Amino acid sequence: MSRKFKRTWRAVLAGAAVALLAGSVVATPVHASDKKNEAYNRIMKSDKMVWGVKGDTKLMGLMNIKTGKLEGFDVDMAKQITKRVNPKAKVELTQITSGTRIPMLLNGNIDAIIATMSITPDREKVVDFSKPYFNAGQAILVKKGSGIKDIYDLNKPGARILAVAGSTSAVVVKKFAPKAKVVALSDYATALTALKAGQGDALTTDNGILYGMAAGSKSLEVVGGPFTKEPYGVAMDENNPKLVKAVNKAIDDIKSDGTYAKLAKKWFAGVKGMDWKELAK
Amino acid sequence: MAEFLSAFSWINIRFLLMGLWVTIEVAVVSVILSFIIGSLLGVIRYVKIPYLSRIVGFIIDVIRNLPLLLIIFFTYFALPKIGIHLGVMTSTIFALTIFESAMLAEVIRSGIVAVPKGQLEGALSNGLSFKQALWHIILPQAYKKMIPPIVSQFVSLIKDTSLATIIMLPEVTYRAQIIYAQEPNAIVAMFFALAVLYFALNYVISKIGRILDRRMAA
Amino acid sequence: MLSLFQTHAHDFLTGFGWTIASSVLALIGSLILGTVFALMEVVPNKAANIIGRIYIEVLRNIPLLVITMFFYVVIANVVKISGFAAGTLGLTLYTSAFIAETVRAGINAVPNGQLEGALSNGLSWWQGMRYVVLPQAFKLVIPPLGNQFINLIKNSSVLAFVAGMDLMYQANMISQETFDTFGPFIIVAIFYLILTMPMSYYMRYLENKLNKEG
Repeated sequence: MSRKFKRTWRAVLAGAAVALLAGSVVATPVHASDKKNEAYNRIMKSDKMVWGVKGDTKLMGLMNIKTGKLEGFDVDMAKQITKRVNPKAKVELTQITSGTRIPMLLNGNIDAIIATMSITPDREKVVDFSKPYFNAGQAILVKKGSGIKDIYDLNKPGARILAVAGSTSAVVVKKFAPKAKVVALSDYATALTALKAGQGDALTTDNGILYGMAAGSKSLEVVGGPFTKEPYGVAMDENNPKLVKAVNKAIDDIKSDGTYAKLAKKWFAGVKGMDWKELAK
Repeated sequence: MAEFLSAFSWINIRFLLMGLWVTIEVAVVSVILSFIIGSLLGVIRYVKIPYLSRIVGFIIDVIRNLPLLLIIFFTYFALPKIGIHLGVMTSTIFALTIFESAMLAEVIRSGIVAVPKGQLEGALSNGLSFKQALWHIILPQAYKKMIPPIVSQFVSLIKDTSLATIIMLPEVTYRAQIIYAQEPNAIVAMFFALAVLYFALNYVISKIGRILDRRMAA
Repeated sequence: MLSLFQTHAHDFLTGFGWTIASSVLALIGSLILGTVFALMEVVPNKAANIIGRIYIEVLRNIPLLVITMFFYVVIANVVKISGFAAGTLGLTLYTSAFIAETVRAGINAVPNGQLEGALSNGLSWWQGMRYVVLPQAFKLVIPPLGNQFINLIKNSSVLAFVAGMDLMYQANMISQETFDTFGPFIIVAIFYLILTMPMSYYMRYLENKLNKEG
């Protein structure tokens, strides 16, 4: 082998070693961002607010087949909040699932999550929440004529309950129906199709999402009403007190100036079993 | 049947085609990158540089023996931890490139090995440097023989892009899911459409590959 | 990482078990199906040739995920089928197309005279295949078949999409429960490598041996 050739490769080797080393030094687990108000400063400086929203959840965050755009209550809320946090900022929407949203937030891929995300103590440990902006509770969706009346009917061996991986429902449902088997799928589109195909006896998640599914399919119904109280909040990376404060203020304003009622009516007025006026109170 | 046909509205078809375009974009960029990186790695493994070739060889073996789905998860969730923030599309390209480079490195190495040893010796004795011999004599011949496996890797790539639905890449499989979740009656039609689209795309690629191969051999 | 494994050992091992179960079942199924369709391609019957060709071309060119989802959400409307079964069936059909190609290549590599000899000795076409050609063909294609099996193990991660309880599914669940996006994936990566690496090195050894002999 020629000398020169050898030397070239030695340089490559050295470069690779340095890169690896540098990588491993930076790779020490970083949980929340260490710099205070990093996300807030980013939003102010870049005039861009990146939101994680759902793409497969009717009424809340759904990809429109005609336009390819995301739309829903959460999406509108994201736009309204952005306007109030930084009037100059552009809204950028990124599709996430229940499973991908927290890692994406912690990693700084997105600035905030507004994606049917319930405020829970477990999540509070890793992210910061705004005040609640939507009163949700977990319920079940079944095929009409299944004979299932509520969650307790499912508490028997052999019952299979579909849920979405990474959602609170997948964990909470075990407390209400410990004998049933939980089948966790990656997103609501798959879970809904799986329910229709008989892959489970019921699908559990928040009532807001379930009503949207029932509205789109005549053969399905929400039964038993909500059995938990799990209000949604906007999730942000820890160590961003300025952003949390700004988002909370935005939510207050949205509620007090009538925008919230308008949005609630826009999305939920036609939904059977849901009282948008109650929601807007 | 009417249900089946009504699923093929222009709106749905356009929605799917937009996804197919994402599939093609991701696959084409990935295959080009993997070809370059794979060639580099394949050559490193072939020329047996102390340590480096062994290390590279081991890394290639590890990557080749892991599920691509796992690599997609890694790049999407672990890279940001070292400060690299990629969008869904770039992240998918990154994952596919890592995986395919390792696969192609092996293809390329065995392609080089298949070139008769005498060729290299002849070139060297004619005063060419090793690098020149590799670049002008060995590699062109090796690549000619490698067309079929490279084309079949490209077809794999097109298919593998569907795995990125797990991180919500809006490619064609993901879009079909979105449609049949909203229009339950369209489900059979959507699977049919997916089968036809993938088949047509891959079949055409394979055919072109076969023609190229014949041209090169002639 | 070790403590993560200790607290979730049961989940990881369950996933490992289901991954092995699915891979072995799919291997057996796809070997049988693959051989059948390879034979359909070489049997002296035009109709069978065409059917064999279509089967192989269609399944080779469609993503495994699409085939698996088809079983999980479409076929399930007709026959009850679990996520594990849907995933394993998808794997079987998908892999069978590649195995059919491999076996057919093996059959073609056996010199033509062998079958002709068998036929002139009074054996039927099927007997000639069964006793003369196939045994030699399989011997030739052991290394590529081994590589197909490695691919199959890797591809079994598609079960994660249909809650098939396999390694990938467990890693995903654990990662969401613990908010650790690194550890669970490293651990299942090791499990996958335990299955695939030794086999991959053994296949390379066999290939080298065959190349030297040939």
